[in-house]
Amino acid sequence: MTPVRERCEVLERRRTGAYQALTLVAPRIAEHARPGQFVHLLAGEDRSFPLRRPFSVHKVERPGTGMGTVEVVFDVVGAGTRALARLRPHDVVDALGPLGRPFDPPEGPAGCLLVGGGYGTAPLFFLATELRARRCRVDFVIGAATAGRLLDAMEAKRLGHSLTVTTDDGSAGRRGLVTDPLAGLLASTGAERVYACGPMPMLAAVSRLAAAAGVPCQVAVEEQMACGTGICFSCVLPVGDGGGAGPGATRMARSCLEGPVFDGAAIAWAELGHPDLEGAVR
Amino acid sequence: MTVDLSVDLCGVRLKTPVLAASGCFGFGREMAGWVDLAALGGIVTKSVSLEPRRGRPTPRTAETPSGMLNAIGLQNPGVEAFCAGDLRFLAEAGATVVASLVGRSPDEFGRLAARLDGEPGVALVEVNLSCPNVEHRGEVFATDPAAAAEVVRVVKRATSVPVLAKLTADVTDIVAVARAVVEAGADGLTLINTLLGMAVDTRTRRPRLAAVTGGLSGPAIRPVAVRCVWQVAQALPGVPIVGTGGVVTGDDAAELLLVGAAAVAVGTGNFINPRAVVEVAESLERYLAAAGAAAPADLPALFKAER
Repeated sequence: MTPVRERCEVLERRRTGAYQALTLVAPRIAEHARPGQFVHLLAGEDRSFPLRRPFSVHKVERPGTGMGTVEVVFDVVGAGTRALARLRPHDVVDALGPLGRPFDPPEGPAGCLLVGGGYGTAPLFFLATELRARRCRVDFVIGAATAGRLLDAMEAKRLGHSLTVTTDDGSAGRRGLVTDPLAGLLASTGAERVYACGPMPMLAAVSRLAAAAGVPCQVAVEEQMACGTGICFSCVLPVGDGGGAGPGATRMARSCLEGPVFDGAAIAWAELGHPDLEGAVR
Repeated sequence: MTVDLSVDLCGVRLKTPVLAASGCFGFGREMAGWVDLAALGGIVTKSVSLEPRRGRPTPRTAETPSGMLNAIGLQNPGVEAFCAGDLRFLAEAGATVVASLVGRSPDEFGRLAARLDGEPGVALVEVNLSCPNVEHRGEVFATDPAAAAEVVRVVKRATSVPVLAKLTADVTDIVAVARAVVEAGADGLTLINTLLGMAVDTRTRRPRLAAVTGGLSGPAIRPVAVRCVWQVAQALPGVPIVGTGGVVTGDDAAELLLVGAAAVAVGTGNFINPRAVVEVAESLERYLAAAGAAAPADLPALFKAER
C-alpha cells in the first residue's frame, strides 16, 4: 500500500516508564500499518525547518473498531523528541506512513521468540498481537539498562506465553544482556522464528545466536534517517547479496525502503561503521 | 489573470519552472507513489558516475539550524545500471529528466555524457562540478574556473542535449567561474550546490558526520543562493539559471525567479514533504497571479533593484 501524508490530532501523550507514548488519530495510516513499519513525524509549525523523526508503530487501533489510531513510543534525547514530548491533546502532528518493510509473519502457527532492547521493544507488541491472531506461540525476552527503562513488561507478560526479563544492573529480572538467555530459550521454547528490535550490537548478537541455532531471524534496525522515503540515502547499511560477504560483496541498502525489517543473516554486521565502507566500490 | 507556468530552459520546454534538485529526489522512481512524475518541471537525478559508488560511512546527515549537513558521498549504481533501470523507468513515466553527472576527471565526465547521449528521456545534463562530499577537494572542479571550463568543454563535445553547469558558492568570485563555464559552452547554470560545513556533538565532542565535513543545505543557505543568482544574472544576462538552495515554499521560488533565475529546484524540502515540488509550483502559480505576472519569465521585470 502506498504511504500517505496525514495531519493527525494528538489523542493522548503519556509517560510509560522512562519513555513517552504518543497516540495519534491517523485513520488512513492505522488502516494499513503492519508490525515493523514506521511513521515519520513532524511536530508543530516550527519555522526553523526541523527534519522529520521516524518511530516504529507500537500499537494500532484500526478504524472501524476505534477512531483509527497509531501509538509510538520514544525517549527524549534531542530537540526533535523534546518537541514531541511537549505535545498535548488536540495538537496536530504531520505524519508520513506507514513506511518501510514490515516483519514477515510465519505462514501458519509457529513458535516465535520476540527479543526487544529498551524502547526498541515497541514494535514487538504490535507484532505479538498479529502473531497471536495467527495462533502462533509467542515468547518474549526483553532487556534494558535498568528496570525503569524496560518497556511495558506487564503487557509483554499478558501477550506472551512466557516472559524473560534482563537488566544490565540487575534491578529487574536477570542481571546481564538480553542476549544472555537467548540460546537456552531457543532450545527450551522450540522457537521457529526470531524477531528482534533494539540497538545494533544487540541485533548483531541476536542474528548470530539465531543463525547458530538454525532459526530464521528478522530484525528491525534503527538507522538515522532524514527523508524516510528513499531519496536521501542517509539510512544505509551494508547488506550482502548472498555468498561470501566481505567489503565489496555487499551493497548499501536504504533501511527506510528495504527495511527497517531485514533478514538478520543478510546484514553484513562486521562492516557496520567499518572504515572500508568509505569511498568507492572496490 | 491566467498564468502559464511553463518555461523555456535552454531550449527545453518545462511544464513548470520547479524541478527536483539533484541528490534530493533519489533517482525519481522512489517518489512515483507521492507525485505524478510527468507533471513536474523536471527531475534532476542523483549524480551518476561511471562506476558504482558506495558512498561515505554513516552517520551521513545531521540536522542544523534551518538546514542539514550531508555527506552521502555520491552513492549511485553507476551509469550502466542507471540507464537500464531508473532512467528507463523515468522515460516511460514521461518525466523530464536532467541527468546529473559526476566524474573524477574531465575524461570521466566526457565518457558519461557520451554514454547518455541519445538515451531516451534525457532532456538535459547537469554537470556536478561542486559536490563537497568527496574525499579529494581536487574533485570540486567549480573552485577553479579553468578546471570547471575544461569539464564543460569535454561534456559539450560528447552530448547533443543542453548542458547545465552546477557551481558552488564556496569561492571568492562565483561570477568568474560562471563566465568561464559559459565561455566553454555551458548552455545554463545551476546555482548553488551545498556549502561546505561541519557540526560537532558537544556531548560526545566528536564530529556529527562520519566524514567530518559535509554539505549544508536547506533554508539556511537560501540567502546565499539568492545572492549568487542575482550576481551572476547581472553579469551574464541571457544565460539561463536554475536557482536552488533552501526552496521550500512558492515564495522562496519567487525570490529566486525575481532576481533572475529561469527555473528553480527544490532540494532538502523534499525530505520533509515528498510533494514539495508540486506544492511549490502550485503556490508559485498563486503568487504570479497575485503579482499580475502571466508567466514566470515576467518576474525579473517586476524586481525593484533599489531598496
